[in-house]
Amino acid sequence: MTPAIAAKLALRGVGKSYGPVTALADATLDMAEGEFLTLLGPSGSGKSTLLMIVAGLTQPTSGEVWIDGRLSTYAPPNKRDIGMVFQNYALFPHLTIGENIAFPLRMRRVASVAIAAEVRRVLEMVQLPHVAERMPTELSGGQQQRIALARCMVYRPSIILMDEPLGALDRQLRDRMQLEIKHLHRRLGITVLYVTHDQEEALAMSDRICLMRDGRIEQIGTPEDLYFRPRTAFVADFVGESNIIAGTVAACGEAGVLHAAGGLEVRASIGPGIEAGHPVKLVLRPENLRLLHPGQEADNTAEGTLTETVFGGGVYRHYVTIPGELTLAVKQFTDRGRPAPALGASVRLGWSREHTVVLPHTELH
Amino acid sequence: MSGASLAADAAPGWGRAPLPRARVLRAWPLFPLLLFTAAFFLYPVLQILWLSLVDQAGSFTLANFSRALTTPVYARTLGITLKISAWTTVFSLLAGYPVAYLLATARPRTRDWLTLLVLMPFWTSFLVRTFAWMILLGRNGAVNKLLLALGVVDAPVSLIFNMTGVMIGMVHAMMPLGVVAMLAVMQRVDRTLVAAARTLGAGAGNAFWRIFFRLSLPGVASAGLLVFVSSLGFFITPALLGGRQQTMISQVIISIIQEVMDWRFASALAVLLLAASTVIFVLYDRLVGLSSLSGGAASERTARRPGPMARASARVGAWMTGALGTLCDAAGAIWDLAARSDPSRPGRAVGRAVLGTVCGCVIAFLVLPSLFVIPVSFTSGTFIEFPPKGFSLRWYDLFFSSPDWVAATVRSFITAVLTGVSATLLGTAAAFVLVRQRVPARGLLLAVILAPLVLPRIIIAVGLFYLYARIGLVGTILGLVIGHTILAVPYVVITVMAVLKTYDERLDQAAWSMGASRWRTLVHITLPQIKGGLIAGFLFAFITSFDELTIALFITGGGTATLPRRIWDDLLLQVNPTLAAVSTVVLVFVTVFIISAEILRRRSAAS
Repeated sequence: MTPAIAAKLALRGVGKSYGPVTALADATLDMAEGEFLTLLGPSGSGKSTLLMIVAGLTQPTSGEVWIDGRLSTYAPPNKRDIGMVFQNYALFPHLTIGENIAFPLRMRRVASVAIAAEVRRVLEMVQLPHVAERMPTELSGGQQQRIALARCMVYRPSIILMDEPLGALDRQLRDRMQLEIKHLHRRLGITVLYVTHDQEEALAMSDRICLMRDGRIEQIGTPEDLYFRPRTAFVADFVGESNIIAGTVAACGEAGVLHAAGGLEVRASIGPGIEAGHPVKLVLRPENLRLLHPGQEADNTAEGTLTETVFGGGVYRHYVTIPGELTLAVKQFTDRGRPAPALGASVRLGWSREHTVVLPHTELH
Repeated sequence: MSGASLAADAAPGWGRAPLPRARVLRAWPLFPLLLFTAAFFLYPVLQILWLSLVDQAGSFTLANFSRALTTPVYARTLGITLKISAWTTVFSLLAGYPVAYLLATARPRTRDWLTLLVLMPFWTSFLVRTFAWMILLGRNGAVNKLLLALGVVDAPVSLIFNMTGVMIGMVHAMMPLGVVAMLAVMQRVDRTLVAAARTLGAGAGNAFWRIFFRLSLPGVASAGLLVFVSSLGFFITPALLGGRQQTMISQVIISIIQEVMDWRFASALAVLLLAASTVIFVLYDRLVGLSSLSGGAASERTARRPGPMARASARVGAWMTGALGTLCDAAGAIWDLAARSDPSRPGRAVGRAVLGTVCGCVIAFLVLPSLFVIPVSFTSGTFIEFPPKGFSLRWYDLFFSSPDWVAATVRSFITAVLTGVSATLLGTAAAFVLVRQRVPARGLLLAVILAPLVLPRIIIAVGLFYLYARIGLVGTILGLVIGHTILAVPYVVITVMAVLKTYDERLDQAAWSMGASRWRTLVHITLPQIKGGLIAGFLFAFITSFDELTIALFITGGGTATLPRRIWDDLLLQVNPTLAAVSTVVLVFVTVFIISAEILRRRSAAS
C-alpha cells in the first residue's frame, strides 16, 4: 500500500502507450496547493496526454494519479473534482451562457436559488455581468474564454486544468488574458495545471514549468531555473534563444577552460561530473554577448565579422561570423544616438565566465 | 512613368470594371441544368398540379380531391400510407441511431469501412433486396426454418404479405438513409463538448443525453424527415411483401394510370402526396431549419433566436434528455456498486461493448439478407428454396440465353451509361457555378435541383409520362435517359460540389497568373484534380439509372422493358430461380461499381 500523499496532485510513474508508440513515459511530479504549473513542450511531447490522464479523459497504461490525497488513476472525470478549460472553450452551443455556467452546479444537485446566485457571482468576477441570457456564439472569442473560466471556477474544483486556453486568441488579447488568468490565480489561490507550447507564455505565467520532450519530462523547475540553469541543450534551446556551440573540456573546476568550435578558448566554471577531454555543449544567451569597444576587456572574447543585423524596435539582433564556420547571435539594445555597426565590419564579442553554461554532450541531437 | 505613357499602355477596355449584367452571364454553365430541370421536372410537376385542379372542359374543380378524400378505399390508403411511413421512420431512427453514433465515434478507418457496409444496401437494387426478403420471410423461407429448428415456434409464422413483412422490408430499405443523415450531423458535434461535460461533473449518461444527444437532434430530425418523405412514395416493398391491407398510395396511382388511365384523379393523388411531403418540410423548417439538411452547422441555427414553437419543444426536450441522463447515471452508479469498480483499476467499457453488439446486429440485418440470393441462384431444383438443392448453373444459362432478359439488360446498361454521361456533364457545370460564384437565389436554385432526391419519384414519373405521351417519348431510350438524368443529377451536383469546396482555388489563380487561359486552366489544372469526384458522380448516376423502376414502370413495357422492369414483372407474376440468377448478377455488378465509386470519391476528397 502506497502511503497517503499530501500534494494537491501527485503523479507516480505515469505512462501511456498506444501499441508500440509511447506517448508518455514514467512521468512523476508533485503539485502544491495554489501552484501554477505549466506543462511546456513541442507538439507530440506528451504534455496533452499527461493533461488528459489527469483529467480522466485518457486512461494511463502504467503509474498512479493522486488527486487531493485520493488514488484516482482510473476514476471517471466526473469523480475527480477537477475543472478543465479547453482550447476551443467547449461552451455548449445549445445552452445560454447562464445555463452553461449552471451546468456543473446542476450536475452536483445544487439548489436552483443558490445556482442563480453563484452564476451572478462568477459572471461579475470575469467582468461580464450582463451576458447570462446570451448564446455562446453571440460572444467574442475573448468573452467566450472568460465564460469558460467562469464555468470552471463556479464549482471551486480542487485543480483547474487548462489545455492551451489562449491558443485561439490573437496576440494582444492573449497578452491581456495571460494577465487576467494570473490575477485570478493569485486572488483566488486556485491550483492550475496549464498546457502550452508557447515558451513565452509559460515563462510569463508559471510558478514552475515542466518541460517535456518525446513523452518524457526533460526538466521541472521555476522559469528562472529553466532559463538560467538549463539541464540540457534541448531546454536551453526551447526556452529563450541560445547560441549552442560544441566544445571539449581542457581544464575542469571553477576556473575551467574549453576548446570550442571556431577555434575559441572559453573560460567557464565547469560543474562536477564533467572531466577533461569530455565533449560538451556551451550555451550562450544572445543578450549576454556584447559588442566590445576597442580596448574593452572581458572573460571571453571572440573576433568576427558582422554578417547580418535585424532591427527589432527595442533591440538589434546581430549575427557575427567567427572564422571557422560559427555564427553567433548577439542582442543589443537600440539607441537613437548610436547606430549599429556597418555590415561587414570587424567586431569583437565579449562575455563573462558566469554567462557561459556548460552542458554534458550526452544527446544525439 | 508619365501620365501620357500610362494612357498609351492601357489596353482599351481593361481599365473599366465589367458591366453588372456580365455577372449573370458568367453563370452560363448553370443554365443547361436549369433549363433541363425546368422542362423535365418543374413543368411536368406543375402540369400534374394543373391536371388535378381542372375538369375535362378546363374549368376549375376540386372534385378529384374530394373523391380521393371521401371514397373510403382511397382515404384508407392515404391513412395506411401515413401509418406505414410513420412506423418505418420510428424503427429506422431507433435502430439507426446507435449505428450512426458508433460510426461517428469510431476511428476514421473503421468508420470508412462501416459506412460502406451501411451504404451498400442503400445502393444495391431495391428489387434485389426485396426479392431476398421474399426468399427469407416466406412460409418455407430461411427464417421460418431457423425458428422451427430452434424450437422457438411450432408452426411457420406468417412474416410476409402482412404488416410485418412490409415493416421489415421498409426499415431495411430506409434505415441507411437515416443513418447517413444522422451521421452527417453527429460528425459535426464537437467531441470535446462531451469531454467538457464529464470534467464539469456529468456522468457518462448525463454527458451523452444532455450534450451529445441534444446536439445530434437536428440530425435525427433530418433523418426522420428524409425517411418519412421517401417512405410516402414507396411501392416496391408494400407491393411485394405486403398484403391487400398494406396498399400504399403510390400503388394506387400506378394502377389508376395503368388500368383506367384517369390522369386527373391520379394527378390529384400525386398532388396529395406532394402536399404531404411539403407539409412535412415546412414543419421541419419551423422546428429544425432546412439548412441542417444540406449540411449547415447546427450551431448556426442555435445562434438564431428560436421561435415560440421551437422554444416550447426545446424545453420539453431539455427536460426529457435531462431525465434520461440522470436515469442512466443512476443506473451506472448501481452497476458500479454491484461490479465494485475500483479507481485503482482500469474500468471495463461496458457501454461500448453493448453498443458494438447492438450495431453488429443492425448492420448484419442491413447487409446479410441480400446475400441469400446468391446460394439460391445455384439451385438445381425448379423452385426457390433455402437451403438450395444441389448445384447447377442452369438458371444462369437461362438468363444469358433468353433474348428478353439479355435485351432488357443491354437496354438498362445503355440507358445507365447515357444517364451517367448527361448527368455528369449537366451536374458538374452547375456545381462549378454554385460553388465558385455568387449566384442570386442560390439556395432556391439548389433546392430545385436537389428536389428530385427527396420528392416521391412517383410524382415525377406520372408527370413525365403525361408529357411523353404527348411528345412521343414513351418507350424510348431518350425518354428514359431524360427521366433518369433528373433523378441522378442531384447526386452528381452534391458529389462535385463537395470536391470543389475542398479544392484550393489558388492553384487555378496560379495557373492564370502564369498565362493559362481559363479554359486551359480547367482542362490542365482543375479537372485532373477533381477527376475522382467526377467519376464517382458518374458511377452514382449510373447506379441510380440502372436500378430505376418508377419511371420505367410507366414509360416502358413489353419489348421496351428495362432490367428492373423485367424483374418487377416476374416478381409479380411468378417467383423463379432465374430471378435469383439475375439478382446475383446485378448484386455483384452493382457492388463492384459502388465500391469503386466510393474509393474514388474518398481518394479525391483526401487529396
